[in-house]
Amino acid sequence: MNAAITSTGQREFHSGADEQSLSLDFLHRYLMGNYRDLYAATLALDVNDHNAVLIARNLLATTAEAEADRRHVEGRLIARRLALLPPPRVYGLFRALRRARVNNRRTRAIMRDWLAARPDLAFDAVKYRGAVRDVVRHAHLRPGGELGPFLFTPHRPAAYTTPILETWRRAHYEQAALYKLPYTVAEGFAAKHRIARAAFLERIAPRLTRLERLRLQESARGLGADAVRADLATMPLTRLASYVLALPLDDRVRRRAELTAALRTAALRIAGDQAGRWGTVVAVLDDSFSAYGSGHKRRRPLAVALACHFLLEALAREYTPLWLSGRSDALLTHPYGATPLGERILDGLEHRPGRLVIVSDGWDNSPPGLAEEVLRIWRTRLDPHRTCAVVHLNPVYDAADFDVRRLAPTVPTAGIRDAENLVALVELAQFAEGRTGLPELRAHLTRRVEEFLREDA
Amino acid sequence: MTDLALTGLHTRPAQAWGGVRLVPLVRREPIEDLRLDARLHDAEFGVVEVDPRTVYSSYIPHGFVASWTRDGTPAAAYGTQLRGPAERDRAPSRMPLRFHRRMARRAGRNRLRFLPLHLALEGYLALHFGGPEIAWEEWSRRAINRGLSPRVEEAYTGAAVEGLHDALRVFEIHPGQCGVLVYAADALAAAFVVPHPDDYRALHATLVHDLYGELIYHYAMLSGPVPDFRARIVDATVRSLADLRVQARRQQEEWAAFHDQVMAGGLLDADYTYQRVHEMGGYRLSRFLPPFERRRENHIGELITDGAGRLAYLKTFRLSENQVRRGHLLTRLAACGWNLADTAAALDVTEPELGLRVEAAGFGHLLRQDVLDRYRARVRHGRR
Repeated sequence: MNAAITSTGQREFHSGADEQSLSLDFLHRYLMGNYRDLYAATLALDVNDHNAVLIARNLLATTAEAEADRRHVEGRLIARRLALLPPPRVYGLFRALRRARVNNRRTRAIMRDWLAARPDLAFDAVKYRGAVRDVVRHAHLRPGGELGPFLFTPHRPAAYTTPILETWRRAHYEQAALYKLPYTVAEGFAAKHRIARAAFLERIAPRLTRLERLRLQESARGLGADAVRADLATMPLTRLASYVLALPLDDRVRRRAELTAALRTAALRIAGDQAGRWGTVVAVLDDSFSAYGSGHKRRRPLAVALACHFLLEALAREYTPLWLSGRSDALLTHPYGATPLGERILDGLEHRPGRLVIVSDGWDNSPPGLAEEVLRIWRTRLDPHRTCAVVHLNPVYDAADFDVRRLAPTVPTAGIRDAENLVALVELAQFAEGRTGLPELRAHLTRRVEEFLREDA
Repeated sequence: MTDLALTGLHTRPAQAWGGVRLVPLVRREPIEDLRLDARLHDAEFGVVEVDPRTVYSSYIPHGFVASWTRDGTPAAAYGTQLRGPAERDRAPSRMPLRFHRRMARRAGRNRLRFLPLHLALEGYLALHFGGPEIAWEEWSRRAINRGLSPRVEEAYTGAAVEGLHDALRVFEIHPGQCGVLVYAADALAAAFVVPHPDDYRALHATLVHDLYGELIYHYAMLSGPVPDFRARIVDATVRSLADLRVQARRQQEEWAAFHDQVMAGGLLDADYTYQRVHEMGGYRLSRFLPPFERRRENHIGELITDGAGRLAYLKTFRLSENQVRRGHLLTRLAACGWNLADTAAALDVTEPELGLRVEAAGFGHLLRQDVLDRYRARVRHGRR
């Protein structure tokens, strides 16, 4: 499960993409072969999108292996999860199923229902035309109205009555029309019409989605297109942290007030009614060089740490952050130096906190194993009554161990992908300290599955 | 003859990755008045800040050199050089270069990167380069006329050493780090020290272009992952957080002491012969040769020290067993004036045996053919 939260099959700091996907693939096969019911139930948990898609795909490809009475639950779980995923992911999944020649009745039914539930299929057809066409063809569907001709013979009709399809047709000839299309589609037309990038961005700005805005903001500013403005206050916390870390240090200093305010707002939104209720909290946050992540997941571990920093600040009554590098300005943090976890944990414990949260990839190297020793002795000799709860959150999947790297057996470790899940994970980790067995896990999962499906109704 | 010492540097915990272990060396106070000349390393944007009051002199480690001469032929600098502040714009003295496919690697339009350690290796290769000083009758005409020329030794680049590249990639550079010791399967492969942390940061990745001996190549290829030296604290000694901190600090100190005495012992304890190459502004550039004792570590290298004996720059290369044997033989021959009978007596072997050993070491062409044949026959006869 930790794997399902953290791993995305991409390259990490310590292991390559091939290793990652090989390791993950094995884990999926193993779980599906031996505990198919648990495997399906994982869909009800906070697994990341990459793994949700993998699970759905594996289940659909092996429908025949499922017992008859399980199939119904599985189908509902998959349908429910797909409804929560971003559409490009789902289209990706459907196309992968098509490539793998998976075309059983259940797959077709799921595709049909999912497409039927889309709020505006004509919009999808314009934005993801190839994908929609593939799905329709694969599931033997007959789209109503003008969609059929649009997907298969787009240039035959002289005009469309559906507005967005008509706009798409006109955009081939008329520059003004393309500004009414979704950004990704309009970008292609802009290239075709040789529109200057700055002018294009300036005019397409109102059509940008929230995340497109955030992504394009810096490059647009470089081009002088000031209309592209992301409203930082509405961005999700971890995404915002990534954005901040991507800015040069000078910019961060210049925009300190704005960025800090945005991060605080996002953190407070997540903390909700828990804000200020966590007592004294000390966080040991990893900003060592390995927090750089990889070319694929640039600064992701550090972004998670930074997001956790602001979230914990919002949650705690009294909060002390300890960055590994010894810096105290969270906003200017960048991956640098070694990982002296042991020493920093010692510093943290000296504050006598009610809760110690460690966010690190678990590669303790200065010196290796000191963190484990400190935590072990703290638990066994200095604090046997557990007055201080210690939790380790790890944003990186370790391909060799099929799990996230642990710091010490005495401290619960949970994989974390978005800081948004921190509250739930910390609660869960406390629960995990009691060493539950398989029956309890099954019971817990059954409960989660029921809740998950009930939200559906 | 003195010991080599890592004066001014402190050992930090090692980081292991596969069969490679890297031990960082940290300086409390960086050396500011001697800096690596980044201009040569990267001609486009190498600016070294200079405090107006400090004397600036820069040195050029051979590995990072190369600029084109006026007439357009490529040239290589002669090893490491020291230059004064006034000479900033003067190109380093250099020699024209004939291309051998593998020796030089083009790094840009008008830059050329060479394998480093040229100076030290040159020192080793030039060992008794001139051949016999007294024309004893056993030596061939060629040995008398041309000496050992040309002498060639083989080494592997870091890129060929299994796992080194990955180990350098995931290594986390410490704040203030000015050096590193590279171990393959826990055999000391090389030591590298620079004056300033910024220099180290810039040059960290070049370790993969360095030369490594045959021994290191094979060790890295065949060894499994080396274990971490994990910290261990005895429960009974701890009663409070302060105790725990004391114990943690002691772990650090114990590791540093263990490393310097045991792991790096082979490098630091040997008696070296130093040859001063250049002296300038209180800094002394020298190269050193080991005593060529067989069946133990032998490192050759080059270093810069200041007046107080502080180590500013160091780069070493570990010789393979065969190279040690050759060095040993040459040194002994030279010590006995290239007289075969005397050398044989000093080495406690018979003269024919020594002759065959010279041949086995790859210097057979130095002996006259008839003398060699006679030795061979004598040894065969003796065995029978």
